[in-house]
Amino acid sequence: MTVNEQPAIRAKSLTKKFGDFEAVRGIDVEVRPGESFGFLGPNGAGKSSTMRMIAGVSPVTSGTLEIFGLNPATHGSEIRNRLGVVPQADNLDGELTLLDNLIVYGRYFDIPRAECVARAKELLDFVQLSERSSGRVESLSGGMKRRLTIARGLMNRPEMFLLDEPTTGLDPQARHILWDRLYRLKQQGVTLVLTTHYMDEAEQLCDRLVVMDAGRIVAEGSPRELITRYSTREVLELRFGAGSNAEHEGRLLGVGDRLEVLADRVLVYADDGESALHEVHTRGLQPESSLVRRSSLEDVFLRLTGRSLEE
Amino acid sequence: MSHDTLLWRVAPPILRSARRPQRVVERNAIVYRRTPMVLISGFFEPLFYLLSIRIGFGALVGDVDFAGRSIDYAEFVAPALMASSAMNGAVYDSTMNIFFKLRYSKTYDAMLASPLGAADVALGEIAWAMLRGFVYSISFLVCLAALGMAGSWWILASLPACLLIGLAFASVGMALTTYMRSWADFDWVPAITLPLFLFSATFYPLSSYGGLAWIVQLSPLYHGVALVRGASLGVASWGMFVHVGVLLALATVGLSVAARRVETLLLK
Repeated sequence: MTVNEQPAIRAKSLTKKFGDFEAVRGIDVEVRPGESFGFLGPNGAGKSSTMRMIAGVSPVTSGTLEIFGLNPATHGSEIRNRLGVVPQADNLDGELTLLDNLIVYGRYFDIPRAECVARAKELLDFVQLSERSSGRVESLSGGMKRRLTIARGLMNRPEMFLLDEPTTGLDPQARHILWDRLYRLKQQGVTLVLTTHYMDEAEQLCDRLVVMDAGRIVAEGSPRELITRYSTREVLELRFGAGSNAEHEGRLLGVGDRLEVLADRVLVYADDGESALHEVHTRGLQPESSLVRRSSLEDVFLRLTGRSLEE
Repeated sequence: MSHDTLLWRVAPPILRSARRPQRVVERNAIVYRRTPMVLISGFFEPLFYLLSIRIGFGALVGDVDFAGRSIDYAEFVAPALMASSAMNGAVYDSTMNIFFKLRYSKTYDAMLASPLGAADVALGEIAWAMLRGFVYSISFLVCLAALGMAGSWWILASLPACLLIGLAFASVGMALTTYMRSWADFDWVPAITLPLFLFSATFYPLSSYGGLAWIVQLSPLYHGVALVRGASLGVASWGMFVHVGVLLALATVGLSVAARRVETLLLK
């Protein structure tokens, strides 16, 4: 199949400006069909602007962008016909029932009405909202709205599914339901592209990701690769009590490979966290609490930007 | 939309990018399927005017000369009120409703994520507003018939004219609505439609305006009233081409501006 040999997304020096503000500063991205790809970064990193350009609802300022080998400026409609989109802010139709939200949206894709009804029922089932199908959107919780938006985005059986911060603002249980549904789609071969500022989400769902900061890509790889490249195997977290973490930096020098002093804790990067903790105790230091954990993408982000992601 | 029709070839470029505006109409139809009466809430105003004229006013005024014949005053005013009802329906829908969808409910953002584009949104919404105006006109016509004031079968010829009035006012209404910043701006809507309603040769012939007749002719509704009145009284004239031309031109400009503005506001 020649169609599948085309990258799902190919961006070169992709730039987006709003007036004088440069939201995306020349990024290169390539996503293969069937891949799960993530844009990880804090708010304002340019993730949403990138996603809107990919979704064909925001013109490219400069650089090139091809979706399924097509230019969004000239083939926007054809591209959008093959995409599923879950925007950051819910834009469900408040004047329609849940079922009608899906049917009407399917009709925008010119899907025959009977087929829309069948797909809508099937998808409401998939996102566990069947029993509320005749209800109104405003009666739904945040997690339910997100699930409905996901169902809506799947009405046209998209080849690529774009999700902008799909689980922001959801409670842990709702997030796990969503992750499970997205994982199933991935297994069905749908290309997933998502933005997130949650490390665990990126680790769970993404085969490959880029870390964005201030409109640029600062690292790229699989979650595992990034952790290996930019962090140690384990991290020792030490808390010395409010305001006194920085004072201990001098006495911790040489423990582990690297130190990171945050407001509320000190992070000691070491391949063996337990022996690093032993060394801390040997030096006569008494932290209020200590924790040895595996490295995460949070550590990668901290290393790359000097800032924490979820602050 | 077929790509070889005359309409297609004369349409402004942005409108030619439309694919299936009828889906936007379909969406609105599903919304109003539940509350059909809301659709005709605004048609009562011209009806009340009609009743007031029939009950007393008409007797005071007597007959009016129109196109060389003498007609009953109520017969003179009724077509103008029908034209106004088409305007009202189209304006109601293309101002408040569209503002809400544009600025608050994000209905259009969802449409634009699908294969639909800005031109589909503009064409679809304007077509819907036009149809709403048409529903007003038909309801008004039914009332006329029930009151025994429908006159001849010629009145049916005025229905296409009502559609055209709805199209022109819906287009201009939506175009202006895209420039509105807050609900307070909507105070201007009656400030525009009320004088149009009163001074479009609605209640007295153009000749009564004397030297100010040219101002009346600037009113889009004047052209609509002239068309509906001519059609319903079975009086054809070359001037009707001018009236049709004015309304079509307004519709084309309004549609293009509306589509362009939806693009500027939402596809950033």
